[in-house]
Amino acid sequence: MFEIGLSHYLTVAAILFTLGIFGIFLNKKNVIVIMMSVELILLAVNINFVAFSSYLGDLVGQIFAMFILTVAAAEAAIGLAILVVFFRNRGSVAVEDINTMKG
Amino acid sequence: MIVQALAFYLFAGIVLASGVMVISSKNPVHSVLFLILAFFNAAGLFVLLGAEFLAMLLVVVYVGAVAVLFLFVVMMLDINFVELRQGFLQYLPIGGLVGLILLIEVLAIVGAWHFAPEAAKAIQVAAPAVGSEITNTQALGLVLYTDYVYVFQAAGLILLVAMVGAIVLTHRRRPGVLSQRVPDQIARRAEESAKTVKVPTGGGI
Repeated sequence: MFEIGLSHYLTVAAILFTLGIFGIFLNKKNVIVIMMSVELILLAVNINFVAFSSYLGDLVGQIFAMFILTVAAAEAAIGLAILVVFFRNRGSVAVEDINTMKG
Repeated sequence: MIVQALAFYLFAGIVLASGVMVISSKNPVHSVLFLILAFFNAAGLFVLLGAEFLAMLLVVVYVGAVAVLFLFVVMMLDINFVELRQGFLQYLPIGGLVGLILLIEVLAIVGAWHFAPEAAKAIQVAAPAVGSEITNTQALGLVLYTDYVYVFQAAGLILLVAMVGAIVLTHRRRPGVLSQRVPDQIARRAEESAKTVKVPTGGGI
Protein backbone atom coordinates (compact mmCIF):
# COMPACT_ATOMS: atom_id res chain seq x y z
CA MET A 1 0.00 0.00 0.00
CA PHE A 2 2.69 2.49 0.98
CA GLU A 3 5.27 1.02 -1.37
CA ILE A 4 4.71 2.81 -4.67
CA GLY A 5 5.72 0.55 -7.54
CA LEU A 6 5.51 0.65 -11.30
CA SER A 7 1.99 -0.82 -11.24
CA HIS A 8 0.63 2.23 -9.43
CA TYR A 9 1.84 4.57 -12.17
CA LEU A 10 0.63 2.22 -14.92
CA THR A 11 -2.81 2.11 -13.31
CA VAL A 12 -3.02 5.91 -13.19
CA ALA A 13 -1.96 6.10 -16.84
CA ALA A 14 -4.49 3.43 -17.85
CA ILE A 15 -7.36 5.25 -16.11
CA LEU A 16 -6.30 8.57 -17.66
CA PHE A 17 -6.13 6.96 -21.13
CA THR A 18 -9.63 5.53 -20.69
CA LEU A 19 -10.90 8.93 -19.55
CA GLY A 20 -9.55 10.42 -22.77
CA ILE A 21 -11.30 7.79 -24.92
CA PHE A 22 -14.49 8.27 -22.92
CA GLY A 23 -14.27 12.04 -23.40
CA ILE A 24 -14.18 11.63 -27.18
CA PHE A 25 -17.42 9.63 -27.03
CA LEU A 26 -19.09 11.93 -24.51
CA ASN A 27 -18.37 15.22 -26.32
CA LYS A 28 -19.07 14.03 -29.83
CA LYS A 29 -20.18 17.49 -30.97
CA ASN A 30 -17.50 19.75 -29.54
CA VAL A 31 -14.18 19.55 -31.38
CA ILE A 32 -12.35 21.60 -28.73
CA VAL A 33 -13.13 19.13 -25.94
CA ILE A 34 -12.22 16.24 -28.26
CA MET A 35 -8.78 17.83 -28.74
CA MET A 36 -8.43 18.22 -24.98
CA SER A 37 -9.25 14.50 -24.65
CA VAL A 38 -6.47 13.72 -27.13
CA GLU A 39 -4.12 15.76 -24.93
CA LEU A 40 -5.17 13.65 -21.94
CA ILE A 41 -4.42 10.47 -23.91
CA LEU A 42 -0.95 11.76 -24.84
CA LEU A 43 -0.34 12.68 -21.20
CA ALA A 44 -1.22 9.11 -20.17
CA VAL A 45 1.27 7.76 -22.72
CA ASN A 46 3.92 10.12 -21.37
CA ILE A 47 3.31 8.92 -17.80
CA ASN A 48 3.80 5.34 -19.01
CA PHE A 49 7.06 6.22 -20.77
CA VAL A 50 8.51 8.07 -17.80
CA ALA A 51 7.41 5.38 -15.31
CA PHE A 52 9.07 2.61 -17.32
CA SER A 53 12.15 4.78 -17.83
CA SER A 54 12.43 5.38 -14.10
CA TYR A 55 11.86 1.81 -12.95
CA LEU A 56 14.03 0.18 -15.65
CA GLY A 57 16.82 2.74 -15.21
CA ASP A 58 16.90 3.56 -18.94
CA LEU A 59 16.94 7.19 -20.05
CA VAL A 60 15.59 6.54 -23.56
CA GLY A 61 12.02 6.55 -22.28
CA GLN A 62 12.38 10.13 -21.10
CA ILE A 63 13.90 11.14 -24.46
CA PHE A 64 10.91 9.72 -26.29
CA ALA A 65 8.49 11.36 -23.85
CA MET A 66 10.12 14.64 -24.88
CA PHE A 67 9.45 13.91 -28.55
CA ILE A 68 5.83 13.02 -27.77
CA LEU A 69 5.58 16.42 -26.07
CA THR A 70 6.86 18.03 -29.29
CA VAL A 71 4.36 16.21 -31.47
CA ALA A 72 1.52 17.04 -29.05
CA ALA A 73 2.38 20.74 -29.19
CA ALA A 74 2.52 20.70 -33.00
CA GLU A 75 -0.77 18.81 -33.16
CA ALA A 76 -2.52 21.28 -30.87
CA ALA A 77 -1.24 24.27 -32.86
CA ILE A 78 -2.29 22.87 -36.26
CA GLY A 79 -5.60 21.52 -34.96
CA LEU A 80 -6.61 24.82 -33.38
CA ALA A 81 -5.56 26.71 -36.53
CA ILE A 82 -7.79 24.46 -38.65
CA LEU A 83 -10.58 24.98 -36.11
CA VAL A 84 -10.27 28.78 -36.29
CA VAL A 85 -10.35 28.72 -40.12
CA PHE A 86 -13.34 26.37 -40.10
CA PHE A 87 -15.22 28.56 -37.64
CA ARG A 88 -14.52 31.62 -39.77
CA ASN A 89 -15.99 29.91 -42.84
CA ARG A 90 -18.94 28.04 -41.35
CA GLY A 91 -19.67 29.76 -38.03
CA SER A 92 -19.75 26.49 -36.11
CA VAL A 93 -17.42 23.91 -34.60
CA ALA A 94 -19.91 21.04 -34.34
CA VAL A 95 -18.55 17.79 -35.72
CA GLU A 96 -21.68 17.03 -37.74
CA ASP A 97 -21.33 20.31 -39.66
CA ILE A 98 -17.93 19.23 -40.97
CA ASN A 99 -19.34 17.44 -44.02
CA THR A 100 -18.51 19.55 -47.07
CA MET A 101 -15.78 17.14 -48.20
CA LYS A 102 -17.98 14.09 -48.49
CA GLY A 103 -17.02 11.40 -50.94
CA MET B 1 8.60 6.46 2.23
CA ILE B 2 5.19 7.30 3.60
CA VAL B 3 5.56 10.91 2.47
CA GLN B 4 6.32 9.68 -1.03
CA ALA B 5 3.26 7.42 -1.06
CA LEU B 6 1.01 10.22 0.20
CA ALA B 7 2.39 12.57 -2.45
CA PHE B 8 1.76 9.95 -5.13
CA TYR B 9 -1.85 9.42 -4.06
CA LEU B 10 -2.42 13.18 -3.85
CA PHE B 11 -1.03 13.88 -7.33
CA ALA B 12 -2.65 10.84 -8.93
CA GLY B 13 -6.02 11.60 -7.35
CA ILE B 14 -5.99 15.21 -8.54
CA VAL B 15 -4.86 14.17 -12.05
CA LEU B 16 -7.73 11.70 -12.38
CA ALA B 17 -10.33 14.00 -10.80
CA SER B 18 -9.39 16.89 -13.07
CA GLY B 19 -9.39 14.49 -16.04
CA VAL B 20 -13.01 13.66 -15.22
CA MET B 21 -13.81 17.37 -14.94
CA VAL B 22 -12.15 18.11 -18.32
CA ILE B 23 -14.49 15.79 -20.18
CA SER B 24 -17.63 16.47 -18.17
CA SER B 25 -17.64 20.18 -17.35
CA LYS B 26 -20.33 22.33 -18.97
CA ASN B 27 -18.15 25.28 -19.87
CA PRO B 28 -15.09 24.61 -22.09
CA VAL B 29 -13.18 27.39 -20.30
CA HIS B 30 -13.48 25.34 -17.10
CA SER B 31 -12.34 22.29 -19.10
CA VAL B 32 -9.15 24.09 -20.11
CA LEU B 33 -8.51 25.23 -16.53
CA PHE B 34 -8.92 21.65 -15.26
CA LEU B 35 -6.59 20.49 -18.05
CA ILE B 36 -3.97 22.90 -16.66
CA LEU B 37 -4.50 21.45 -13.17
CA ALA B 38 -4.08 17.93 -14.56
CA PHE B 39 -0.80 18.90 -16.24
CA PHE B 40 0.56 20.49 -13.05
CA ASN B 41 -0.14 17.34 -11.04
CA ALA B 42 1.25 15.09 -13.77
CA ALA B 43 4.41 17.19 -13.48
CA GLY B 44 4.33 16.34 -9.75
CA LEU B 45 4.16 12.63 -10.64
CA PHE B 46 7.18 13.10 -12.94
CA VAL B 47 9.14 14.69 -10.09
CA LEU B 48 8.29 11.68 -7.91
CA LEU B 49 9.64 9.43 -10.68
CA GLY B 50 12.91 11.38 -10.76
CA ALA B 51 12.33 13.03 -14.15
CA GLU B 52 12.67 16.65 -13.06
CA PHE B 53 13.54 18.01 -16.48
CA LEU B 54 10.44 16.52 -18.10
CA ALA B 55 8.31 17.83 -15.24
CA MET B 56 9.52 21.37 -15.86
CA LEU B 57 9.10 20.87 -19.61
CA LEU B 58 5.51 19.74 -19.04
CA VAL B 59 4.76 22.91 -17.08
CA VAL B 60 6.47 25.20 -19.58
CA VAL B 61 5.22 23.59 -22.80
CA TYR B 62 1.75 22.47 -21.80
CA VAL B 63 0.68 25.11 -19.31
CA GLY B 64 2.64 27.91 -20.91
CA ALA B 65 1.86 27.22 -24.55
CA VAL B 66 -0.72 24.56 -25.35
CA ALA B 67 -3.24 25.31 -22.60
CA VAL B 68 -3.01 29.06 -23.21
CA LEU B 69 -3.57 28.37 -26.93
CA PHE B 70 -6.69 26.38 -26.05
CA LEU B 71 -7.90 29.11 -23.71
CA PHE B 72 -7.31 31.74 -26.37
CA VAL B 73 -9.27 29.81 -29.02
CA VAL B 74 -12.13 28.95 -26.67
CA MET B 75 -12.52 32.56 -25.62
CA MET B 76 -11.95 34.09 -29.07
CA LEU B 77 -14.47 32.02 -31.01
CA ASP B 78 -18.06 32.98 -30.38
CA ILE B 79 -19.47 29.48 -30.01
CA ASN B 80 -22.87 28.57 -28.67
CA PHE B 81 -21.83 25.91 -26.19
CA VAL B 82 -25.36 25.20 -25.00
CA GLU B 83 -26.25 23.97 -28.46
CA LEU B 84 -23.18 21.75 -28.52
CA ARG B 85 -24.20 20.21 -25.21
CA GLN B 86 -27.46 18.84 -26.61
CA GLY B 87 -27.35 15.07 -26.92
CA PHE B 88 -24.54 14.99 -24.34
CA LEU B 89 -25.92 11.89 -22.64
CA GLN B 90 -26.91 10.24 -25.91
CA TYR B 91 -23.51 8.60 -26.33
CA LEU B 92 -23.01 7.87 -22.62
CA PRO B 93 -23.98 4.15 -22.80
CA ILE B 94 -21.84 3.26 -25.82
CA GLY B 95 -18.95 5.42 -24.62
CA GLY B 96 -19.18 3.96 -21.14
CA LEU B 97 -19.21 0.43 -22.55
CA VAL B 98 -16.16 1.02 -24.75
CA GLY B 99 -14.34 2.79 -21.93
CA LEU B 100 -15.13 0.06 -19.42
CA ILE B 101 -13.97 -2.74 -21.74
CA LEU B 102 -10.78 -0.82 -22.53
CA LEU B 103 -10.11 -0.11 -18.87
CA ILE B 104 -10.61 -3.75 -17.85
CA GLU B 105 -8.32 -4.96 -20.63
CA VAL B 106 -5.57 -2.44 -19.87
CA LEU B 107 -5.78 -3.12 -16.12
CA ALA B 108 -5.57 -6.86 -16.82
CA ILE B 109 -2.26 -6.19 -18.56
CA VAL B 110 -1.07 -3.90 -15.76
CA GLY B 111 -1.95 -6.53 -13.14
CA ALA B 112 -0.04 -9.32 -14.85
CA TRP B 113 3.20 -7.69 -15.96
CA HIS B 114 6.68 -8.64 -14.84
CA PHE B 115 10.08 -7.68 -16.18
CA ALA B 116 11.70 -10.20 -18.47
CA PRO B 117 14.95 -11.51 -16.96
CA GLU B 118 16.97 -10.20 -19.91
CA ALA B 119 15.40 -6.72 -19.70
CA ALA B 120 18.35 -5.41 -17.71
CA LYS B 121 20.69 -6.28 -20.59
CA ALA B 122 18.57 -4.40 -23.14
CA ILE B 123 19.07 -1.05 -21.44
CA GLN B 124 20.54 1.36 -23.98
CA VAL B 125 21.33 4.38 -21.87
CA ALA B 126 21.60 3.80 -18.14
CA ALA B 127 20.04 6.47 -15.95
CA PRO B 128 22.42 8.13 -13.49
CA ALA B 129 22.52 6.32 -10.18
CA VAL B 130 20.70 7.84 -7.21
CA GLY B 131 23.01 10.16 -5.30
CA SER B 132 25.50 10.56 -8.12
CA GLU B 133 26.87 13.96 -9.11
CA ILE B 134 25.16 14.06 -12.51
CA THR B 135 21.65 15.49 -12.59
CA ASN B 136 18.69 14.30 -14.62
CA THR B 137 18.88 17.32 -16.94
CA GLN B 138 22.59 16.83 -17.55
CA ALA B 139 22.19 13.11 -18.25
CA LEU B 140 19.36 13.80 -20.72
CA GLY B 141 21.42 16.45 -22.48
CA LEU B 142 24.41 14.11 -22.80
CA VAL B 143 22.22 11.59 -24.62
CA LEU B 144 19.93 13.93 -26.54
CA TYR B 145 22.66 15.93 -28.28
CA THR B 146 24.81 12.93 -29.17
CA ASP B 147 22.97 9.68 -29.83
CA TYR B 148 19.63 11.27 -30.70
CA VAL B 149 20.78 14.42 -32.46
CA TYR B 150 19.06 13.58 -35.76
CA VAL B 151 15.75 12.83 -34.02
CA PHE B 152 16.17 16.08 -32.12
CA GLN B 153 16.63 18.00 -35.39
CA ALA B 154 13.58 16.23 -36.84
CA ALA B 155 11.55 17.37 -33.82
CA GLY B 156 12.68 20.91 -34.53
CA LEU B 157 11.56 20.56 -38.15
CA ILE B 158 8.15 19.29 -37.00
CA LEU B 159 7.74 22.39 -34.86
CA LEU B 160 8.83 24.62 -37.77
CA VAL B 161 6.30 22.99 -40.11
CA ALA B 162 3.59 23.34 -37.46
CA MET B 163 4.42 27.02 -37.01
CA VAL B 164 4.40 27.74 -40.76
CA GLY B 165 1.20 25.74 -41.18
CA ALA B 166 -0.62 27.53 -38.37
CA ILE B 167 0.40 30.96 -39.73
CA VAL B 168 -0.56 30.08 -43.32
CA LEU B 169 -3.92 28.67 -42.20
CA THR B 170 -5.01 31.53 -39.98
CA HIS B 171 -3.52 34.47 -41.89
CA ARG B 172 -6.10 36.25 -44.02
CA ARG B 173 -5.88 39.10 -46.47
CA ARG B 174 -8.73 41.51 -45.91
CA PRO B 175 -9.77 43.54 -48.97
CA GLY B 176 -10.45 47.23 -48.51
CA VAL B 177 -7.94 47.72 -45.71
CA LEU B 178 -5.24 50.27 -46.45
CA SER B 179 -1.80 49.01 -45.57
CA GLN B 180 1.80 49.69 -46.42
CA ARG B 181 3.11 47.81 -49.50
CA VAL B 182 6.79 47.43 -48.75
CA PRO B 183 7.95 45.84 -52.07
CA ASP B 184 6.30 48.60 -54.09
CA GLN B 185 7.97 51.22 -51.94
CA ILE B 186 11.38 49.63 -52.32
CA ALA B 187 11.01 49.16 -56.09
CA ARG B 188 10.10 52.81 -56.63
CA ARG B 189 12.69 54.86 -58.48
CA ALA B 190 13.39 58.57 -58.63
CA GLU B 191 12.67 58.76 -62.39
CA GLU B 192 9.14 57.43 -61.98
CA SER B 193 8.19 59.50 -58.99
CA ALA B 194 9.23 62.99 -60.08
CA LYS B 195 9.55 64.69 -63.44
CA THR B 196 10.71 68.12 -64.51
CA VAL B 197 8.16 70.16 -66.43
CA LYS B 198 8.96 73.34 -68.36
CA VAL B 199 6.41 75.83 -67.09
CA PRO B 200 5.78 78.86 -69.34
CA THR B 201 5.94 82.18 -67.57
CA GLY B 202 2.51 83.35 -66.46
CA GLY B 203 0.83 80.21 -67.94
CA GLY B 204 0.79 77.69 -65.16
CA ILE B 205 0.53 73.99 -65.77
